[in-house]
Amino acid sequence: MIPLSWYLIFAAALFCIGLFGVLARKNSIAILMGIELMLNSVNVNLVAFWRYRTPETITGQVFAIIVFAVAAAEVAVGLALFISIYRRRNTVVADEINLLKW
Amino acid sequence: MTAVQIIFLLVAAATLGAGLLVVTAHNLIHAALWLVVSLFGIAVLYVLLNAGFLAVAQVVIYIGAIAILVIFAIMLTRKVAADSGPQINSNWGWGAALAVALFGALFWIFQGWPGINTALQPLSDQDTVVQLGQALLAPDQYLLVFEVASVLLLAALIGSIMIARVRKDS
Amino acid sequence: MATETLIWLLLVPPLLAFFLIVLFTNRSNRLSHIIGVGAAFLSWLGSMVVFYRAVTTEHLGEHPFTSSFNWLATGDKYLSVGLLVDPLTAVSLFFVAWTIFMIFLYSVGYHNFGQPKGDHDRPGLPPHGATVTDAHGHSHMVPSIEPMYARFFAFIGLFAFGMYLLVLSDNLVTLFVGWEIMGLCSYLLIGFWYGKESARAAMVKAFLTTRIGDMFMLLGIAYLYSFTGTMNFRDILYNQEMLNLLASTPAVGGFLGLSAAGLIGILLFFGTVGKSAQFPLHVWLPDAMEGPTPVSAMIHAATMVSAGVYMVIRFFPLLSAGMEHGHLTTAMTVLSVVGAFTALFAATIALAQNDIKRVLAYSTISQLGYMIAALGIGAYVAAAFHLITHAFFKALLFLGSGSVIHGMEHGVLHTGEHVDPQDMYNMGGLRKKMPITFWTFLIGGFALSGFPLVTAGFWSKDEILADAWGHGHYVVFGVLALAALMTAFYTMRQITLTFLGEPRTKAAEHAQETPWTMTLPLSILAIFAVGAGWVGIPEHFPGMGGLIPNWFHEFVGGTLLEHPVAVDFNFIPLLTSLVVALGGLWAGWTVYSRVKTLKTVDPLKPVLGGFYTVLKNKYYFDELYEKLFIRPAQWLSATFVSLWMDRTVIDGFLHGVAAFSLQVGSALLRYFDTPVVNGFGNQVGEGAKKLGHLLRPIQTGRIQQYMILALVSVATFSALFYYLLVYTR
Repeated sequence: MIPLSWYLIFAAALFCIGLFGVLARKNSIAILMGIELMLNSVNVNLVAFWRYRTPETITGQVFAIIVFAVAAAEVAVGLALFISIYRRRNTVVADEINLLKW
Repeated sequence: MTAVQIIFLLVAAATLGAGLLVVTAHNLIHAALWLVVSLFGIAVLYVLLNAGFLAVAQVVIYIGAIAILVIFAIMLTRKVAADSGPQINSNWGWGAALAVALFGALFWIFQGWPGINTALQPLSDQDTVVQLGQALLAPDQYLLVFEVASVLLLAALIGSIMIARVRKDS
Repeated sequence: MATETLIWLLLVPPLLAFFLIVLFTNRSNRLSHIIGVGAAFLSWLGSMVVFYRAVTTEHLGEHPFTSSFNWLATGDKYLSVGLLVDPLTAVSLFFVAWTIFMIFLYSVGYHNFGQPKGDHDRPGLPPHGATVTDAHGHSHMVPSIEPMYARFFAFIGLFAFGMYLLVLSDNLVTLFVGWEIMGLCSYLLIGFWYGKESARAAMVKAFLTTRIGDMFMLLGIAYLYSFTGTMNFRDILYNQEMLNLLASTPAVGGFLGLSAAGLIGILLFFGTVGKSAQFPLHVWLPDAMEGPTPVSAMIHAATMVSAGVYMVIRFFPLLSAGMEHGHLTTAMTVLSVVGAFTALFAATIALAQNDIKRVLAYSTISQLGYMIAALGIGAYVAAAFHLITHAFFKALLFLGSGSVIHGMEHGVLHTGEHVDPQDMYNMGGLRKKMPITFWTFLIGGFALSGFPLVTAGFWSKDEILADAWGHGHYVVFGVLALAALMTAFYTMRQITLTFLGEPRTKAAEHAQETPWTMTLPLSILAIFAVGAGWVGIPEHFPGMGGLIPNWFHEFVGGTLLEHPVAVDFNFIPLLTSLVVALGGLWAGWTVYSRVKTLKTVDPLKPVLGGFYTVLKNKYYFDELYEKLFIRPAQWLSATFVSLWMDRTVIDGFLHGVAAFSLQVGSALLRYFDTPVVNGFGNQVGEGAKKLGHLLRPIQTGRIQQYMILALVSVATFSALFYYLLVYTR
């Protein structure tokens, strides 16, 4: 019997790892990968709560499905953006994409 | 320690380890590949949670589409010099601190929440896939959400094409 | 037309003439004199009608012609403007109308109307002649027209208005208005030739001296008004209860033991002292000879000085209020003393004057003294009588002297000699050159001296002397008799030096008679100088008395509440009068017919010795006043007030305040405004800039750093909120 707390702690850890990746990586695509990790940890959280707290209604899984769709859309658009930026500025290093600096 | 627990622990460790490597790998392709591993581990966890459909969907969507897309993008945006060497920027201290703080906060919240020790109820006999399908398409349940998600995907599709297309320079 | 309306209309022509000339006809000499003389004629005509109606009204004194309207509201009463024609007014109107009309007509000729413009004539200076070239190429100088011709007529028009207003008025307010208008006009006309320094000085002297008198008069008027609550003559003077009240109430503050009537009377008398040039305010009148001769006639005979005497005559009831059994009241004593003294005083000065007009000026002062002395001893009718006869013959004498001066000027221009045309010593023998002037002047001179029976002056002067003797005022009688002697003497002196003998200068040889506009008025006035006395022949006069009733006494006496009693006839005053007049005339002729040439010394000089110089210098009164009053006043204003108080103290204070404020201001600027206020403003700006500068690096454009910042903030705030909301509950 796996207690709920294990799933939750796991998800929290994965989320924090993803957060670290977002904040600390140079390459923009690496940032996206971090974001993916975070989204996945959220999904795990959702499904765990569904299974342990409200297994009779399917709402938890529906939520997770929608998160999939959103994640996919977001990755697509994000990568399209990065490719466009790469074409323009010849770089995907996040620190160099700083046109909005003062 | 039951077998399920052991499996869980192994898979969780693998996933977390892969995740760490995702965020620390020097080579970006390696990072992408470790992402794949991590995603796969999560799929296994879905199976453990009796969400089989989601496990498959995870593999198909995340690994089959998203991870591949990421690899494509990496390849399309390679800069050999920039892609070697440490891939951690100067803010990593802050990032690490924040991550640790967040984890600590979350852990502490879990401690104070009594519902954390909910027991695992056995699933009823319903077919979760059928239930899922009905939920997604029933007008009195989540049909609207489903449609909106479709529109979102369409928008993303068109949008990404628009953003990434090669403009004929005048 | 009702008389009440007609008397208002008398005032209009002269005033209208003034405004018309000033506003419209200033440029045209002919039009101006037509308007001026026309106005005088219209007023004369109206006055004659009013006079006729007045004398044909029974008991005019009890119901005179009056008309008035309310003018100024004061509290619950009114000051009114009104006119009154009672017997006194009627006879005054007679002589005023005639003399003014004659003077206006005379002025046309005097100012050389019809003559060419002068070579170097400028407005403000008397005309100096024009060069005329005749058919043969001969050029000689002729008299030139007065440059300010129209202005003269405007001013005398206003003057005439003032006099008419004064004579006709029924209350003190209107009288005072007329009084002051004449004061103004005398100022303007004495200084008519304002280009001359002496004229300017004289005009100011006249105005200021009469002002001193006016000030006291105003005090008297104010006191009278506050006491009685009315200014109307009928209410005060024809009202026995009011007069009794005034006589019995002691003056405010128990002033010198006078009654209210006495004090008011004396205060009002001061106005006359100023206006009629009595001692000690006589100093302005001789200097007033600076004005053109018609002005001298106007001021010193017809109008202004007569106004002063007219006023005291009018106020006789007030002055004599409280008189018991022939004892003079204090006011009357003052009048008689001042009048008698002035009569003698001025007569002595006239003995030593050489200017033809100055003699007449002092003569006027002396004769006015006569009138006032007469009033002072209670001879009401005699004083009024002498006022009227004097107006006629003095106007005649002044106009005659103007004619003489004109003739002399003609001679001066002709010969080019530079002699003073007014100095009698430069004249002589003019009777042949200027016959009409001579005979009229002679008549006037005899009238002034009191030549018996055929001159008006005899009758009026004799009545005064008779009254003085008859009521036992022997001192006054003696003084007046002595003054009469001197009057005759200096008059004959004047006539002898001017007309008799042989011409002493070339200019006198070439003197010429003056045009008809000047000689006609002289002739008309001469008629009055002869005949005006016959209306007042006393009843008990030997021979003539009773033939013609003493109309004058009857008529004028009706002005008073109680008809004055005519004095009984006595031989002594008559005899004295004859001796004095004839003796003086004979003496003057004998002494001065010895003066043959210019070099001859005045025969009086060796007789009087040093005293002669004193007389000639008018007892040095001008110098005394200069030292006593004028210098200190000038010092006060120039040094004390202007320099010390104004410039040193007040200006110094102001400058100090200004300097102090400047210091405070600059200190505030330096120590407060610039560092604190300005600095604060600057600091706000600088601070904002610095803060911005400081915060700028936050915006790096790097999203990871934004994210870190956001998360750090979230973490901080959530920890804070958690602590505040959850933990501390």
